[in-house]
Amino acid sequence: MSHPTMKEVLFNPVFANNPIALQILGICSALAVTSNLNTALVMSIALTLVTAFSNLFISMIRLHIPSSIRMIVQMVIIASLVILVDQVLRAYAFNIAKQLSVFVGLIITNCIVMGRAEGFAMQNPPLLSFLDGIGNGLGYSAMLLLLGVIRELFGAGKLFGIDIIPLTKDGGWYEPNGLLLLPPSAFFLIGLIIWALRQWRRNQMEPAVFTLAPQVSDKEGI
Amino acid sequence: MEHLISLFVRAIFIENMALSFFLGMCSFIAISKKVETAISLGIAVVVVQAITVPANNLMYTYLLRDGALAWAGLPDMDLSYLGLLSYIGVIAAIVQILEMLLDKYMPSLYHALGIFLPLITVNCVIMAGSLFMVERDYNFSESVVYGLGSGISWAIAIALLAGIREKLKYSDIPEGLRGLGITFITIGLMSLGFMSFSGVQL
Repeated sequence: MSHPTMKEVLFNPVFANNPIALQILGICSALAVTSNLNTALVMSIALTLVTAFSNLFISMIRLHIPSSIRMIVQMVIIASLVILVDQVLRAYAFNIAKQLSVFVGLIITNCIVMGRAEGFAMQNPPLLSFLDGIGNGLGYSAMLLLLGVIRELFGAGKLFGIDIIPLTKDGGWYEPNGLLLLPPSAFFLIGLIIWALRQWRRNQMEPAVFTLAPQVSDKEGI
Repeated sequence: MEHLISLFVRAIFIENMALSFFLGMCSFIAISKKVETAISLGIAVVVVQAITVPANNLMYTYLLRDGALAWAGLPDMDLSYLGLLSYIGVIAAIVQILEMLLDKYMPSLYHALGIFLPLITVNCVIMAGSLFMVERDYNFSESVVYGLGSGISWAIAIALLAGIREKLKYSDIPEGLRGLGITFITIGLMSLGFMSFSGVQL
């Protein structure tokens, strides 16, 4: 196996191999925490740190883990890191911790963390794994922040809780789109972002399962 | 009793794990291409959820909660910060035990559900069930009902999605939207539909 370079490891996951858009990993939290930018930002930072450090530690001890119990070892490392993040959030940002409720705890079962630990950190040296963790964290964060910006800006006319677009109810011109604050909008937005991303990088498109037969006669269907 | 029934209905429809809280999305999207596999996975989730939520409830009440260790003569202990680690430990252990039991006593069921069981350990639904149970302070009987209800809610959702996707593969979808993109939009529409349940008062 050729060793990936540091730059590849760091930036590939952001566009070329985005964990959310292409690998379908870690979507759960992407939907629930993006209705405003504050929670989205905190969640991105938390996940990036957890992925990076779990990759680092797992990669450090990768040669000592017996393969039959590797899942449990990975789980314990990840869970301890998440407990740290959770305690820090409760101590210094209690309101945001309350808003994120169970989603901080759910970082443990976030497939990105586990997937990178199993798929990358077990085979690669610590520094590279650390960067891979940061890269995938950034890919996740990019998607989360994009969703957060769209949903908060057009749903409430604000960014980080500060008014950007004056709303009609305060005498401005913008009528907010309430749908964007509702959870289903996150699905529509991710679907559309994936569409845009695949138009740009056409190699990511999935082949059709069935194709329509061409229309042979103009009387067909009458 | 009425209280438990309404909790059950609320867990299935109003607070649907997949379509209102968007949990377990990874396997929700990855394993919903065929109705049969989707239903098998759904059943496996119901079983595991119905066992782990009450188990974690017992552990939280008698070991972790503030003052829970009073029976051991340690009334000042508060181990709740160990919660996350213990829940995932219990989940992993129960899944492992279940796998071994099924393998020994019900081989046919093991072959149907076997490949999904390891996947379930890292399914957010299971973990979220336990976390919600702790956050909302359910007692033991409530946690049994909630575990069963939330498992069923997820199973229903994945079966419905698989049904739609089986039909959807015959339709003519714009190139870039094929596969993942259209699946997201479908789930969005389904979850809009499920939002109408939120008007139900129980």
